[in-house]
Amino acid sequence: MTIALIVVAALAVLCVLYVARPFLRETGARSDVLAQPDELDRRRLALIEERDRTADALRELEFDHRTGKLSDDDYRALVGPLRRRAAEAARALEPRGEERRREPATR
Amino acid sequence: MAELGRAALVLCLGLSVYAVFVGGWAVATKRRRLAVSAQNALVAAFACVLVATAVLATALLTRDFSFVYVARLTSEELPVGYTLSAFWGGQEGSLLLWLFVLTGYSALVVFFGRRRRQDLLPWVTPILGGVALFFSFLLVVVSSPFATQLAPSNGSGLNPSLQNPYMLAHPPLLYLGYVGLTIPFAFGMGALLARRSDEAWLIAVRRWTLVAWTALGFGQLLGAHWAYVEVGWGGYYAWDPVENAALMPWLAATAFLHSVMIQEKRGMLKLWNMLLVILAFMLSLFGTFLTRSGILDSIHSFTESSIGPWFLGFIIFTGAASTGLVLARMPLLRARTRLESLVSREATFLYNNLLLVALCLTILWGVLWPILTEAVRGESSVVAGPYYNFFLRIFGLPLLLLMGIAPLIAWRRASLRSVGGAFAWPAAVAALVAVGLLALGAGSSPAGLLAYTFSAFVLGSIGYEFVRGTRARHALTGGSWPGAFSELVARNRRRYGGYVVHAAIVLLAIGVAGSSAYDTERSARLAPGDKLEVADYGVTYRGTVQRTSQNARELRAIVDVERNGKYLGRYEPGKNFYPVEQQASSEPAIRSDRWTLEDLFLILDDTNRDGSVQLKALTKPLVNLIWIAGFVFLAGALIALWPDPVEERRLQERYALQPA
Repeated sequence: MTIALIVVAALAVLCVLYVARPFLRETGARSDVLAQPDELDRRRLALIEERDRTADALRELEFDHRTGKLSDDDYRALVGPLRRRAAEAARALEPRGEERRREPATR
Repeated sequence: MAELGRAALVLCLGLSVYAVFVGGWAVATKRRRLAVSAQNALVAAFACVLVATAVLATALLTRDFSFVYVARLTSEELPVGYTLSAFWGGQEGSLLLWLFVLTGYSALVVFFGRRRRQDLLPWVTPILGGVALFFSFLLVVVSSPFATQLAPSNGSGLNPSLQNPYMLAHPPLLYLGYVGLTIPFAFGMGALLARRSDEAWLIAVRRWTLVAWTALGFGQLLGAHWAYVEVGWGGYYAWDPVENAALMPWLAATAFLHSVMIQEKRGMLKLWNMLLVILAFMLSLFGTFLTRSGILDSIHSFTESSIGPWFLGFIIFTGAASTGLVLARMPLLRARTRLESLVSREATFLYNNLLLVALCLTILWGVLWPILTEAVRGESSVVAGPYYNFFLRIFGLPLLLLMGIAPLIAWRRASLRSVGGAFAWPAAVAALVAVGLLALGAGSSPAGLLAYTFSAFVLGSIGYEFVRGTRARHALTGGSWPGAFSELVARNRRRYGGYVVHAAIVLLAIGVAGSSAYDTERSARLAPGDKLEVADYGVTYRGTVQRTSQNARELRAIVDVERNGKYLGRYEPGKNFYPVEQQASSEPAIRSDRWTLEDLFLILDDTNRDGSVQLKALTKPLVNLIWIAGFVFLAGALIALWPDPVEERRLQERYALQPA
């Protein structure tokens, strides 16, 4: 009974210390704000996903064509629009002129 | 000791409450340290459950009968190994195992989530905490494994059918699967709460879902083998509600693992994927509810059960809350692209999903029907094997065929000419197999013949896919053929691991079709010296023998087996009587042929005073393919699970939080 009590007390103290750890370790933390993507981050993430998805689709298309799953006609009909979409997605992710000019100053 | 276990669970309950409310408060007010603190509470909860688990395991191993649970499920005579399987042999221990696996998974989710700087982690924490809160509440307030009593001199013992080595691995694997499905659910709900429409949650749950799905699948196969060697009726799956309880979430998770690829590749099926993770989680809860609430015995024992009403309440709450959240976030779940053609890889995935979900819901209806009829009419209607077998053929055979069709079709769209060219080889293989089987007389079972023909088509299609892929890679990179093959698999582990899993399903289908559609059964009363003929086997009964083991009295019939005149050996089907448990078990004898993969299954049904016995003999053609399929399944799952560092880095960079 006594040993059980000691073990329980030790376990409870350890749990409390571990749960309180972020506050004990970072007493003077500069920022306590939970980093979450804002609207701009979300739009950028959507564009990155679109770019990667199109790039994957192009790779799949090449592979399917090479393995004979896709005829030459189907390949030609699909590859053009996909390449255009890939280029659009990549363009949308490029920093615009004004941002590019501002970039060195922010580094 | 019991106080320590109880206190550890109370601590776990407190930490779960903290994870839910403080975690929820942290995301609502965007406070980082509070969110980290809530995550730490989940990890600490695991430490507490670990202590409680160690207490119960120690009590079982030392046979401390002052624990009511230990006295109810073990005895002095029970072999040490089986005292461990008593851990999950009863309700309280099973709930503790649920909580142990859940908090273990949660601690790992926190560990890996932090390493990958997942911004969804703070949103996932309250959901995981909520599920842990429910189970720790049950264990603290409703059904404690740490109830004590004045220790009796001996315990009641363990159900004899659970005294089998398979019971050491089968239930923990099932729980790894059931509970693992909480992780995709928590991430899905977390993404909705955070109003996220990107695929970060899908990427985060990929591996967790695959682990849970593999454990659930392999666990079920172990359970089937346990039923085959232990329950002793000559079968391995009886559409029992307990078996169905594990199959349903597995089918839902299988559908999810396929449809998730459509969202990743095409940005479609966002709503469908969310519904599938909810369905899989709800079915895993429902499975535990079915097996633990007593509702299977009778609707009345459910109302008398200590946990039944709580479980039902939690399932209803979870279903309503998650459905409400999905409805509230519907605009985020709208797809931006559409299916381009009904003849495309994604279309076959869609058909596969519809069939899997239809099969899952059909089984669910079969499980619910007896419960509903008893609740409404006061009399339970039994849904028997023919109902399930009918729907297994209706949905299962097209599913099998789709496994062969999907790899042959390109993504987006394919013309009929290119599809025709791709189908030529696998279709030729299937046709040859069908003709050969018809010539051998396999037409006696049309469903069996169809299953074999489709299986040949799928194997042909998978083989052809590997050949074409290797050829294409060899043409692209040069080098050796084995190098091209390994590069092909390494560059797309999920796809080629998936093909290996498909091959396992085909082996399973062949094994099931062979052992159920082409089996033979004979039964006879035999006096010493009499012979029973079954297929091309001869079984001669010689007499009986009795002996005593550690915890049972064993009765065995001695039989000599020959095949086509060739002596194969002596076998001993029999029965065990367990004096402590006051129960008997059937102990069949099985003779496996390693070349034909067929089993001769011998059951001692009855013994008579005149020395004669009632002996049943069954032949099970190709049944061993089912067990081989288990290892192929595991190999395929491991290939799919094997990490791809390049892909990992790319995805981590894509979704990792930018440092503040």
